[in-house]
Amino acid sequence: MKIAVCLKRVPDTESRFTIAPDRVSVDTAGLKFDMSDFDGYALELALRLNEQQGGGPGEIVVLSLGPEGTQETLRKALSMGADRGIHLACEVVPFDGLAIAEALAAELGAGGQNYDLILMGRNATDTGNATVGPMTAAILGWPCVTAVSWLELKEGKGTAHRELEGFTETVEFRLPALLTIDEGIARPRLPSLKGIMAAKKKPVDSRPAALGEPRVTVQAMELPPERTGGRIVGEGPEAVPELARLLRDEAKVL
Amino acid sequence: MSFEGVDFYRLDGLLSEEERAVRDTVRAWVDEHLMPVIGDCYIEGRFPKELIPGLAQLGVLGANLPEEYGCAGLNNVAYGLIMQELERGDSGIRSFASVQGALVMYPIHAFGSDEQKKHWLPRLAGGLEVGCFGLTEPDYGSNPAGMITTARETKDGWVLNGTKMWITNGSQATVAVIWAKTGAPDDVASIRGFIVPTSTRGYAAKDQKGKLSLRASDTSEIHLEDVRLPKDAILPKTGGIKSPLSCLTQARYGIAWGAIGAAMACYDEAVRYAKDRVMFGKPIGATQIQQVRLAEMLTEITKAQCLVLQLGRLKDAGSMTPQQVSLAKRNNVNMACECAREARRLLGANGILVEYHSMRHLANLESVYTYEGTHDMHSLILGEQITGLAAF
Repeated sequence: MKIAVCLKRVPDTESRFTIAPDRVSVDTAGLKFDMSDFDGYALELALRLNEQQGGGPGEIVVLSLGPEGTQETLRKALSMGADRGIHLACEVVPFDGLAIAEALAAELGAGGQNYDLILMGRNATDTGNATVGPMTAAILGWPCVTAVSWLELKEGKGTAHRELEGFTETVEFRLPALLTIDEGIARPRLPSLKGIMAAKKKPVDSRPAALGEPRVTVQAMELPPERTGGRIVGEGPEAVPELARLLRDEAKVL
Repeated sequence: MSFEGVDFYRLDGLLSEEERAVRDTVRAWVDEHLMPVIGDCYIEGRFPKELIPGLAQLGVLGANLPEEYGCAGLNNVAYGLIMQELERGDSGIRSFASVQGALVMYPIHAFGSDEQKKHWLPRLAGGLEVGCFGLTEPDYGSNPAGMITTARETKDGWVLNGTKMWITNGSQATVAVIWAKTGAPDDVASIRGFIVPTSTRGYAAKDQKGKLSLRASDTSEIHLEDVRLPKDAILPKTGGIKSPLSCLTQARYGIAWGAIGAAMACYDEAVRYAKDRVMFGKPIGATQIQQVRLAEMLTEITKAQCLVLQLGRLKDAGSMTPQQVSLAKRNNVNMACECAREARRLLGANGILVEYHSMRHLANLESVYTYEGTHDMHSLILGEQITGLAAF
């Protein structure tokens, strides 16, 4: 199977964020970056799908869109076992999912590519839009299943599970298809040290990203307000009525 | 929040992408596999041998040896970073990897025949065999050239007799590299290395009990009584005490890096604790005495990082000297001991508990201070280098 996995390079989720002086972006100075968590699950799934095929002809191509440093994320994917990388170069990753989807679709849908499957994370851990997958699929005219938590492929068709609030949905689709992957499907492996050395020899092509015109832009970014301290409304059973009143009238959660 | 390393001087910028990837990978492995078990292993006095396949799969065993023998073929800076990350977990685990890589695989690679290399190195890299290194004897520690273990040549091979002590991995090893004199007791030039499968008749190892340090590592005494070996058990290119000493240079190089890992673990723990622990109505980190402690630790760790990075670059360029390794081992292990002690003190009563890491590191580092050339011996090696006069 020929599988494309789209990866986003995002700030490490344990980072402490500050807002850049332009007030519309995160200050990247001193931030550590890594593959977006959900994209890691997508990559691991792709690796397992091809391993299960037992050495048949297969290729895993990893794609990432972004500045120069994005190539490091691609090489991490190569060190985990992907075969080659495509870097779609741009100075800043736009906020607008459609602008990104247009660049990805232009690359993935180009003649002669013949992907069986395109995988990416359910959403990016930084912007959290969850739009790029469905939009890319729409441009390509491919079936799209989002937030896949289980997958089986057979004779040009696929069955996937989606974990929803309180129940699981089973869907069927035909290949080629674009799937966005939820956590838990396959915990990403660590690269081996040999894999890290081997990744140096795998090809990474870099070309300019054919980004669409952004139709959505960020106007302002603010850190959440500092949490204020709790309040003790009383002690023992006598405090319950007052607590209930506050939860109803003040916090409006009852 | 997981462990955060120290990079006050932006030394990361001096590392290649692969070097950083290797470090981050081993760091993640330690977080995932070693940290959850190390406290219990330490209390139980047990080496976590169930982690060996994982270490092998990751590729840390003999990671700086060539790929043709199933090794990762990393440079020496990447190798050093591996040692740093393993010792951030525990000195005992780093000791295991040091012995396997620098003291067993390195001599087989450096002094072995093609057949020996092809047979043993892939098996050791893959964790199918565990190695140990038999040099030190009960009465010959800092002076290994005085050893009394003998290898007598017979018409069809060799017969080894003697006792080795303080042997890391000794009781679990499947193969030992044993150093012995093939000539007269005072013939230092006759020291040769032998590959000894530990299943050979006459080989016996027993764990040294009662250790208060390196409790998650096996340390053993080895008895060799008429151990008969075939002719091809000898490492053909060994000759004299300089052969085992060159192995120690490799291991000490890794220790100089490893000590930084232990120090960073203690610093990381101390910083978090200082910010969280409230006493007299404010975090103890807001007091001058703890700030001095932390400033001292950060300074010494940063200096140590500069030392090993340049040492690694020299080693990769092929121009590193054993005396430079002595300086780094001496400085960095001593530095780590100081960091661990100060971190333990900053942690107050909590600092004596195994759920915190500083006292475990402190206890471990007393061994690291003493093994692979004691701190004092490295002082004398430097003294000899400076003055041209040997004091030992």
